[in-house]
This record gives sequence, C-alpha cells and structure tokens, in this order.
Amino acid sequence: MHLFRRATSRSGRRRRGDPIVNRWALLAAPPIAFLVAFFLVPLIVVSLRSVTDVPRPTDDLLANYGRFFASAANLRVLGNTFWVAALSTVVCLALGYPYAYLMNIVRPRVAGLLLIAVLLPFWSSLLVRTYAWQVILRDTGIINTFLLDGRVIEEPIPLIRTTLGVMLGMSQILLPFMVLPIYAVMRRIDPEYSRAAANLGAPPFAAFRRVFLPLSLPGVLAGSLLVFVLALGFYITPALLGSPKDTMISQFIASAVQQRLDWGIGSTMAVILMGLTLAVLFIASRLIRLRDVFGSLEES
Amino acid sequence: MSATRCPVGAAGGAATDRPDRPDRPDRPALVLRGLKKSFGDVPAVDGVDLEVRQGEFITLLGPSGSGKTTTLRMIAGFTRQSAGTIEIDGVDMSHVPPHRRDVGMIFQNYALFPHMTAAMNIAFPLEMRQASRSEIKRRVAEALALVKLEGLGDRYPRQLSGGQQQRIAFARAVVFHPRLLLMDEPLGALDKKLREALQLEVMHISRQLGATVIYVTHDQEEALVISDRIAIFSRGRIEQLGRGEDLYDRPVSLFVADFIGESNILRGRFERDGDGGWLTLDDSRWRVGAAATARVALDGDRAAALVVRPERLRIVDADDAGAVATAAPAVNSVEASVRDVLYLGSTRKYELTLRDGQAATVRQQVGGDERAWQPGDRVRLAWAVDDGVLVPIRAAEAVSSGDLPARTRA
Amino acid sequence: MTDSWRQPRRLLLLALGALTVFFLMAPTLVVVPMSFTASNALTFPPEGFSTRWYEKMLTDRQWSTGFVNSAQVAFLTAILATALGTLAALGTIRGRFPGRSAVNALILSPLIVPVIIIAIGMFSVFVRWKIAGSFVGLVLAHTALAVPFVVVNVATSLRTMDRNLELAAQSLGAGPVRTFRRITLPLILPGVLAGGLFAFITSWDEVVVSIFLTSARFRTLPVEMWEQVRQVVDPTVAAVSTTLLAVTTTLLVLVFVVRRQPAAR
Repeated sequence: MHLFRRATSRSGRRRRGDPIVNRWALLAAPPIAFLVAFFLVPLIVVSLRSVTDVPRPTDDLLANYGRFFASAANLRVLGNTFWVAALSTVVCLALGYPYAYLMNIVRPRVAGLLLIAVLLPFWSSLLVRTYAWQVILRDTGIINTFLLDGRVIEEPIPLIRTTLGVMLGMSQILLPFMVLPIYAVMRRIDPEYSRAAANLGAPPFAAFRRVFLPLSLPGVLAGSLLVFVLALGFYITPALLGSPKDTMISQFIASAVQQRLDWGIGSTMAVILMGLTLAVLFIASRLIRLRDVFGSLEES
Repeated sequence: MSATRCPVGAAGGAATDRPDRPDRPDRPALVLRGLKKSFGDVPAVDGVDLEVRQGEFITLLGPSGSGKTTTLRMIAGFTRQSAGTIEIDGVDMSHVPPHRRDVGMIFQNYALFPHMTAAMNIAFPLEMRQASRSEIKRRVAEALALVKLEGLGDRYPRQLSGGQQQRIAFARAVVFHPRLLLMDEPLGALDKKLREALQLEVMHISRQLGATVIYVTHDQEEALVISDRIAIFSRGRIEQLGRGEDLYDRPVSLFVADFIGESNILRGRFERDGDGGWLTLDDSRWRVGAAATARVALDGDRAAALVVRPERLRIVDADDAGAVATAAPAVNSVEASVRDVLYLGSTRKYELTLRDGQAATVRQQVGGDERAWQPGDRVRLAWAVDDGVLVPIRAAEAVSSGDLPARTRA
Repeated sequence: MTDSWRQPRRLLLLALGALTVFFLMAPTLVVVPMSFTASNALTFPPEGFSTRWYEKMLTDRQWSTGFVNSAQVAFLTAILATALGTLAALGTIRGRFPGRSAVNALILSPLIVPVIIIAIGMFSVFVRWKIAGSFVGLVLAHTALAVPFVVVNVATSLRTMDRNLELAAQSLGAGPVRTFRRITLPLILPGVLAGGLFAFITSWDEVVVSIFLTSARFRTLPVEMWEQVRQVVDPTVAAVSTTLLAVTTTLLVLVFVVRRQPAAR
C-alpha cells in the first residue's frame, strides 16, 4: 500500500491510464511563452547570425567559423578561457572542500553562520565585489600602499591586470558554487559510517579517505562542474582585473559586437561558448544527475 | 460549486443545519459495487463489494499493498476508480469530486492546516458550507468540547501534542456531520499507550455521534477492539467480512487464519465422511466436525488445512495417547516435542515441533493446574474436534506459503 | 568533540575555514569604510570621516537617476518574475504534460547559459522589436533572468508541502479554487516571497545584460558604476557600492525572516 501511496504522491510522474495533460499544466503556458519569446528566441537569433552575418554575401554558411579557427589569437583566447576556468575550479575546490567539511562537523549553529558567510557574498553584486578587488589590488591600492609604506618594497608590485588578480576575484565569486553542492552531499552522509569505520579499526584519516571522501565525491563533481561552466562565461571580473593577455571569450564577444560591430564573429564565438558549456554539461550528465547540481542551489 | 446544479452540494449544505442525526432511513450508508483500481497493469483494488449499514463501524484490515487505503481514497474521491460504483447514503457518488461528497476524513498524519489554529481548522468545513459566524462559533466550541480540548482552540497544530492533534483532526472531520467518517490509520503515528487509550475514545465518540465509520488499519488488535465488522483485505479483494469473533473463530481461508491471531495449521487432504470428514496427512488423520465441513462445502479428496488456535490446544503426555483417544472420541491429537517455553506473565507459550518438522504453538494460562513442560519433552497435542476449523488451500497459497507450514504470527 | 578540537588537524581545518570566511567577506566589506573617507583618494584606512561622497551620489544627476531607474526596474521585475515563476513552478511540479523535462531545462537555463550570450542575443532581438535601451525592454530581460530563482524557491515550498493538506481541504468541502486560495497559496507564500526578493536582487545587481540594453539616456546604477569604474577613481563609486550592498543585504535579511515563517514548514 505504501508503494502505491508513494506512486500517487509523485504527482508529476505519469502512470499509464492517466491523462497525458492535466489542468495544472496550463499554468506553465504563460511562463513558457515568456521565456521562449524573450530568452530562447534571442539565443536562436544569435545562433542564426553566426551563419548568416558573413563578411561577404558570397561566403558560405560556415565562413565565420572558418575565420574564427583560422586566427591564432582567437584560439589563444579560447585556450586561456579554459585555463582560467580550470584554475578557478582547482582553487575553489582547494578552499571549498575543507570549508564544506568544516560546516559538516561543527555544531548546527556554527554551521548556520558559516553558511551565511557563503550566502551573503553569493548574493551581493558581482560588480561591487570585483570593484573591491580593484581597490585592494591596484598599484595605489591597499596592498601596495601598505607594502610601500612599510618599505617592504620600493615599487608597487603588479597585482591588478595579472592572472593572479583574475584568479582571486573569480575564485571568491565562484566559491559558493563549490561549497553548496559539496555541503549538500556531505550532509546526507550518515555519520554512523565514519563511526563504523572507526569501530572497524580505521584511524581517523583512513576512515576519511576510505569512507567519507568517496561518499562525498558526487558533491565534488557537481561543484567542480558548476564552477567550471560558470567560469567559462565570466565577463566582468576578467575585464576589470585582468590584462589583455588574460582576455576571456566573453570579453572577446563583447568587444566584437560593441567595438568592431562584427556580429558575425561575435555570434560565432557565442555559439562556440554555448557549445562548450553544453558539452561540459552533457559529459557531466553522464556522470551525475544534473538535478543534484541545481538541487543544491535550491537548498541555499 | 453551485448547490442548484448538484444535489449533493445541497444535501451537504443542509447537513450543517441538521440539529442532530434524524431518524435514519433504512438504506445503507455506503455501497461499493465491483470497485476496481489499477495503476498501470498492477491491480491495486480488484473488485471490492461492500455494504455498510448506517452507524456501523467497519475496519478495512490487511497488510501493506492489499488495497485497503486505495479503497478508502476512492470512497473519499481522491482516487478515481477504474471500474465499479460508490454509493453514499443512497446517492451515486462515483463521479462526484471529493469536496461535494460530504465525507469526513482523518489522515494518518492528521493533515491539520499548519497556518490555522485548531479552532480555525475545525471551522474550515463549516465556512466551506457557508455557515453563519455565530453557528460556526457555537459548533467549533461543541466540537472542541466533544474531544475534551476546550481552551486549546487558539493553539497552532505545532503547539499541540500528537494525541491532541489527533483529537483536533477528529473534531474537524466530524464537525460538519458528514455522511461517512473515513480514517486512514489515524492512530498509526502515536505510541502504544496513547494509541490504546485513543482507540476507545474514537470508538466511544463515534458511537455517541452515531457516525458511520470506515477505518483503515494494519493492526489486527486495533481492528478487533473498535470495529463492528472487519473486512480483511488481501491482494485487492475482501477476503472475509464479519465480526471479530467470526474472523477469529471461523476464518474462511488460510490467509485470514494467518492474519488474525496466531494459528496452528495442519495441511493435508480432506475426505468427506457423513456429515463431517477427515483430514489426512501421511499415516495420521484427524476428525473434522460437521459444522466446519458444512461451512466450507468442500468436496471429497481436496488439499485443505485444519486451523487450531493456540489456546485451544492441550498438551498431554505422549504415553497418554490411548487414554486421550478413549476418554473422548471427539478429540484429535498429534505427536510433538517441546522446543521452547516462553513465559509471558499471564500465559505460558510453548513452541513445539511436530513429527514431520512443522512448528506448532500452544498457549497456556499460568496458574491453572496444567503441568509445566520442559524443552525436549515428548508430548501429544490434543484439541476438541469442534475447535478445528477447516479451510481450503488454494493453488496460490500452496505455492506462496506452502513452505511455511503451521506458521504462526502474533 | 571538544577534545578532538585540540588535534592539530582539526585546528588546521578551523584556521582554513576562518581564512576562507575572511576571503569571502573582507575584500568586499573594504568598500564600506572607504566610502566614508574625507579625502579625494581611495585610501585605506580612510582618512577622516565624511558623508560627502554620499551627498555627491545623491545630488549628481547621473547617479541619482541611475538609482531610481534600478529601483523601478527591479521592482517591476520582481513582480513579473514572481507571477511567472510561481505559475511555472505550479505548472511543472503539479502538471503532467509531454516534454516536461525540456521545459524544466528551459526554465533553469538562464542560470547556466553564459550571460554575455544572453546579452547580445537580447540586444540583437530587442533592437528589432524597438525595445532596446528602454525601461520595458530591461524589465523583460531581467525577468527572464530572475524567473529561475522564483521557480526554484516556489518549487521547494511546493515539494515540501504535504499534499494531504489539500486532500483534507477537499474532503472538508473546499473546491479546487478555494483549496488553492485557502491552503496551497498560504503554505507556499514564504517561498513565493523569497523568490520575489531574489528576483529583485537579481535585477538590482545585474550588469552584463543591462550594459547592452541601456542607453546613455537610460542607465541603471550598476551600469553607471561600470562606466565610471573604468574611467575615474573617485570614492563616489565606493559610496554607490556600499548602497548596492546595503540594499541587497537588507533584502537577504528579509528572505531569512520570510523563510522562518511557521507556514513554511
């Protein structure tokens, strides 16, 4: 009987014999129409422009893609985007895993405070936070002023307009996306497992490595994936903290469209960026349930 | 929504004005005919027929997955039946939405609205029926008094104990004098002591109100305590319907015998002999009384089982076999050896092994003049012929429980 | 537990955690004291105390209209996104229809599609529809970005809500509409309100899409800040930053209060 009750309470799942569409479904129509018109159509138009906005009318549909891949500078931007995204993911994982672990073992009240410490910045303006890093890292910024005043250095050390600066800014902004999924998974791990491991003779670190770590890996995977995908699309932070050498693909798209007015190459890069994003998500969907990634955000 | 369009709505509205139960008509409170429900290919309810009298307390009893809750949800209108009809108080309700059925329901987790106080919860059905403010106030107070929770009306559900929440749910379900009161394991979430106290209360208040109750539980003791009649569910069907004593003393199937109380089950082949007959297994045979034979209407030479309740068995010395036989011709007996003796306070329970390896259970009052046996003792089990109940063995049961002979359950 | 904290490994973990909290919070908070500096330069620690940069922000036409624009856009976005998001959550969680998972993906995709792509796409389309650079255009764009946050919040409320409550209301005589109004809506209201607040914050802080969809005549506060950050070094930007943060933080506190409502459980 409980089986049936569970089956009925999962209202969304259709059972054979039930109607294909129920009345609740109608409610979804306005938001779907809205998102199709103001979100999906723009994305489709961008995709189309990548093949229609060609430099010369005689060019074939893939002319823009040919142009993109023919330029070493473009490929360098692409490579750099991957490099920065991967680096950010590693930094976030190094900081985020211990943080999530700490949240998981402290008293609930402390864990709540640690959670707020993640969520407050998570929801505060990305531009403001990037600006704050600028203020700190500039040649006349807090760090350099401090070091110069203390006569530790003679000349300002370059912090802003470096890969280090971009990394600091991006990791800080992306860290919550690593912590939240990992914490969500860790919280579901029954503490009895670690106690059982200890009872079976495993010293603390072995218990962690052999029992807790493997169980927390889905969270690590989900968090890393989320951070990597989001990092691929970063625009504001590398634009304000990075050097031209650190240009990422989003900046390239913006400048192509805004300054060079070259919609062909801009939308081509947009399609490539979207393709990369979807590819990463697709690979990930083979490894984990994407719902876990978004689900952990829901709990925030 | 409008009362004119739907006679049921009108009747529901009138129900709120009913000062007290008027003299009931003779028509049954609930009639289920050929009720079926399948989820995909799986039949959850597979043809249920049931007629409930006005003011009757009926329990649907069965194991998980037997279809009792699905049946209840179909009566409430939450689940649409695949086939069959539901008639409540003489009106065909088969296709009436739940809010126009005028049926009160108590949920296992009570389903008290968390954003409303106890009094607001109780007032809800009256508001839905457009009762006047003064009447709502009066009847909420009455309902709170009925469940002895005067003064707690302003509390929110989370400020109430489990037992108090249960009472509020009860008050909410009866305040509008529904034609039927449905309860889905309403005491399941409570601890044993409280549950037993509330069982009696539920029974008394229901009787006091003259309510017709359909009660779902998987707890057979609870069912025996509170019901007028019990419907035993198995595999989506009603296996047997009757008073508690009927089910205990005269089960019609192995399933019922096994589900209600503890049973000793002897399997064999039945042969008719005059009014009664014999159940034979290898070289043993036991007499079957005329009453038991008549009830089952089995033809000769069929797989059947003899069911004997543990308290109906007596343990006698193995060497007394002859004495038993001659002393009382209406007594059957079987060889056994004592395996375990369990002292349970007022009773002593013996677990025994029959000659062919089957298990048997005997219950003995402590303090009687019965001799206490020790594990290892070789004995005979004896019972009056009329205490043995003959049940047919169906093909399905031969397969499903054939390897668990003489299984007993608490 | 207390004893185990003396273990060096635990201490290390605690230190790392404290450092991470510092890394998350401190750099951003630096702008708050700096916005109250009396000097013309951004220095730390700030020299003196003055509110002159706030006065400048409020009297400067560009900043003050940006503030008003941001507030108006965010307010309308919150209302529109809350309505659409609540409908979407009800429709996708309660609803049965073919292609439901595709619809779920569509609803959540504004969270994951790189915002620059959304920005140039919307710009490209909105120019043709003649709503680029307009108030209406920006509200529509921000609403598309904010809907997923509302859906996620309302969906959580809906999933944790006991469906038996609705069945109980029906058995007590409430029809579908009254059941929704009296039972379902009050119970998911904390989720709806939280979603609306998140929608407001999303619009309030949004930069990238806004850069493309605003014009010199119609700018929001973050866009104004983006323009100025790259040109002038002026503590006014710190004051603007502090204002942005203050509004967001206030709303987040409101979210926590709303979520604490007993009906949420």
